[in-house]
Amino acid sequence: MMFRFKLFLRKLVNLFMLSLCVLGALIAISVVCIMLGYIVVNGVAFLNLDLITNTSVSAGEQGGGMRNEIIGTIILVMLGSILAVPIGILAGVFLSEFGSPRINSAVRFTADILAGVPSIVVGVFVYSIIVRPMHSFSALAASAALAIVMLPVVARTTEESMRLVPDSLREAALALGITRWRAVVSVAIPGALTGIAAGVMLGVARIAGETAPLLYTALGNNYGFEGLTKPIGAMPMQIYRYAISPDANWQNQAWAGAFMLVMMVLFISLGVRWISSKRKTETNN
Amino acid sequence: MNMSDDDLSTSKDSNKHKVKKINSHLISRFIAGLLPNFTRFCAFVVAILLLFILIVLFIEAWDAIRINGWSFITSSTWDPVKGIYGALPAIFGTLLTSFLALLIAVPASFGAAIFLSEIAPSKVKNIASFIIEMIAAIPSVIIGLWGIRVLVPFMADFIQPWLSKILGFLPFFSGQPTGYGFLTSSVILAIMIIPIITSMSREVLRSVPNSQREAMLALGATKWETISRVVLPYGNSGLVGAIILGLGRALGETMAVAMVIGNSPNITFDLFSGGMTIATKIASEFGESGGQSRETLIELALVLFVIALLVNVIARLLVWRATKVKTEKG
Amino acid sequence: MRKKLVSLLSKKSALLLLSAIMMLVYFSGCGSSGNTLYGTGATFPEPLYKKWFTEYEKQNGVRINYEGTGSGSGISAITAGLVDFGASDGILTDQQLADAFDFGGNILSIPMTAGAVAVIYNISGVTGGELILSGQVLADIYEGVIKKWNDTAITDLNPNINLPNQDILVVRRSDSSGTTNIFTNYLSKVSESWLNNVGTGNSVNWPVGLGGEKNGGVAEMVKSQVNSIGYVELAYAVTNNLNYAKILNKSGNAVLPSAATASAAAKGITLPNDMRVMVTDSSDAEAYSIVGFTWVLVYANQKDEIKGKLLVEMLWWAIHQGQEYCEDLYYARLSNEAVAKAEDLIKSISYDGTPLHTG
Repeated sequence: MMFRFKLFLRKLVNLFMLSLCVLGALIAISVVCIMLGYIVVNGVAFLNLDLITNTSVSAGEQGGGMRNEIIGTIILVMLGSILAVPIGILAGVFLSEFGSPRINSAVRFTADILAGVPSIVVGVFVYSIIVRPMHSFSALAASAALAIVMLPVVARTTEESMRLVPDSLREAALALGITRWRAVVSVAIPGALTGIAAGVMLGVARIAGETAPLLYTALGNNYGFEGLTKPIGAMPMQIYRYAISPDANWQNQAWAGAFMLVMMVLFISLGVRWISSKRKTETNN
Repeated sequence: MNMSDDDLSTSKDSNKHKVKKINSHLISRFIAGLLPNFTRFCAFVVAILLLFILIVLFIEAWDAIRINGWSFITSSTWDPVKGIYGALPAIFGTLLTSFLALLIAVPASFGAAIFLSEIAPSKVKNIASFIIEMIAAIPSVIIGLWGIRVLVPFMADFIQPWLSKILGFLPFFSGQPTGYGFLTSSVILAIMIIPIITSMSREVLRSVPNSQREAMLALGATKWETISRVVLPYGNSGLVGAIILGLGRALGETMAVAMVIGNSPNITFDLFSGGMTIATKIASEFGESGGQSRETLIELALVLFVIALLVNVIARLLVWRATKVKTEKG
Repeated sequence: MRKKLVSLLSKKSALLLLSAIMMLVYFSGCGSSGNTLYGTGATFPEPLYKKWFTEYEKQNGVRINYEGTGSGSGISAITAGLVDFGASDGILTDQQLADAFDFGGNILSIPMTAGAVAVIYNISGVTGGELILSGQVLADIYEGVIKKWNDTAITDLNPNINLPNQDILVVRRSDSSGTTNIFTNYLSKVSESWLNNVGTGNSVNWPVGLGGEKNGGVAEMVKSQVNSIGYVELAYAVTNNLNYAKILNKSGNAVLPSAATASAAAKGITLPNDMRVMVTDSSDAEAYSIVGFTWVLVYANQKDEIKGKLLVEMLWWAIHQGQEYCEDLYYARLSNEAVAKAEDLIKSISYDGTPLHTG
């Protein structure tokens, strides 16, 4: 009898705790859905062509858009990538192909830590070494800050992608008499290319939405891109300014801009996932 | 030099070809030397960057560090006019909101991680984990926008009055329910760190060998008993590492928190009260600071940097150890 | 795999080409970006400045990019030479003057307009312009001494209004603000306790209150929180349909902020040559009590001749033709005396020893 009762209790506890876990997952999922729901509903409601074609207007006025900020984001992301991607990929190549286990784990470690540095600190850092000496807010400083944020992401994903390329491929290349560097460049890297591309896209998605590093490096610009050494505007910064203002028109544009940004970021993340799953089926074959 | 054997052209061409071959051989040797060094350089850039940031911040903040002294951490007065700087409200706010965020996020994250790792069928697993990770992709400022427009009114109109009614006798819920403040910020932070704790915990749980689970089931244990008595303890240090990683993320979160925390230098356990964190203080005041106040804010950034560094180091070590152990014990 | 590589590369190069074309198109439509003037600072005059600079560009083709980031940011930006001009409604302190001097020599504060700081409130059942407050009561509210809306001090001044038995939610600025400077300058004049405990400044040690960022942030908080009180530049109160209070001025009249009452505040006050003067708590009978000038901060010695010339011409335009736009946006025109002083200041801006303003 005791046994059956105890068993019943245990099964009850089991059911209860497992339900709690399911609840936990449901809470996490529903929060996402609620958040995305609001963004989509509000964003779509205020989304119109003006957002892309018009420049920003003052508070109290109607209409206007975020054209210059959209272009600003695109430019900053491109510039940041130009700075971060080559160095990041090569660093990842080093971590996977060369070096020694001890040095490599140290570098890997610092890369992971760098990824965890609060982005406001990165902004303050770039303000100190670029903005102040240059005596100007600039697209250059802003992209440098974004590049610092992007760098560890690209480096680590490159390394991991290259590790996935089976050693047998490299050995086969060496057996054919190809030099070491050719084996890396012509065999290993191409094999990891989809993974590397995925990593770059992840980095892009990350920095497209960053605001804190831009606050004290970019300033904002109503006239769009005016040169590398001039201030520049960007979507996340503009969304921030609009979000904290009382102006209804601005707030609507904040939602619409947020929708655009989120869609872009999600689209990229989905793309990354798709690429990784394709890669998995490839390596399985 | 076998190629010249196959060459059917004239001797002049084969000479040209030999020169080409020598050149390309030299180039190859050159790149062979260059590539590892060049990539090594790039890797070191990544590594050195961290150090570089630390050094630059330290140099910029040095004067302030000297002048402010220890009262920087113990005093609450931030008076640029008198030159007195105390960062205690910011430090307090950071600790309070991070702690609360963990309190809210960890149960949900662990639940989700266990669900994804132990309970869910694989189709559900993929969709669910994808959805949860989507939060990580949403930029902080947009979560902040949702926070101001949706969460703050919701907290002000529903949650906070309800808490006041039921638990108002507690000092935590005794203030004015404005919707801004510590509680709302902690909720936002919790939302933001759930994905990282969940995915790290999943990694850790996944590295627990199946043999352990099978052994428990063979002994007649229920699923929960398997999880609670074997799987979780096995991944112990890794799970702690996941939590600390979430903490690291929460410490540095700036924009979303800045938009809902109310920016007041309050040190109180009244969760409805407005407050500030180190990150939000830097973000809201850095642009307008000059001279000593700027250097002090850089000192604050340094403090944040070091805290985030330490937390991340500890977390990574724990997670690394836990997932490494799996390959050893198999 | 080769196919994938090729297709990926071709996709990449297609993308690259596309963006190159995009940039080309955009730049070609960009126009001359050679000499945009950059300024940052106070949000107090931002609605007016944005209007000015749009009009100025239409009339003269010169671009001026102004970002409202707060007076404190404006001061620190011009002090570090990060912008061509700063903007502030708080007078530069001696320390700030010295810091700026260290960077680029003498810095000038050129008045552009004057504006009123409206005391906004959100109390259910109380409409705009109904509430009457005195300086002392206002100071006590902001010191946290008066905690509820139906406190006798407030009901005494407002016998005909039904004030609720609710806590007052105080909203103030979280960032360094000239608007705060004007506001605290006034409170220091009317309340001994405020003067001793808190004082005046772009940012002070606030005894109570939630912090909103910039004028917009404060307006937003008051708009969304019931039973709240805040202070913003009048334009923000009007464009956001916020209720604002009458303040009892020095002569005992309950005055509503407006362009006219703001103008009255500067009457009878001797204006110093450097125009660094606060005009709060005016003794003029019609004047609103919480009024201030707002200044553009420029260096007397310009380092770039072309930019300096553009700057000087823009400033000259602002204190003359620009004044036409003030009243529609609820700002006060500069008095003739103020304009004269401003003209003198502008005339002293030079490049390499030669004054930049001609004619």
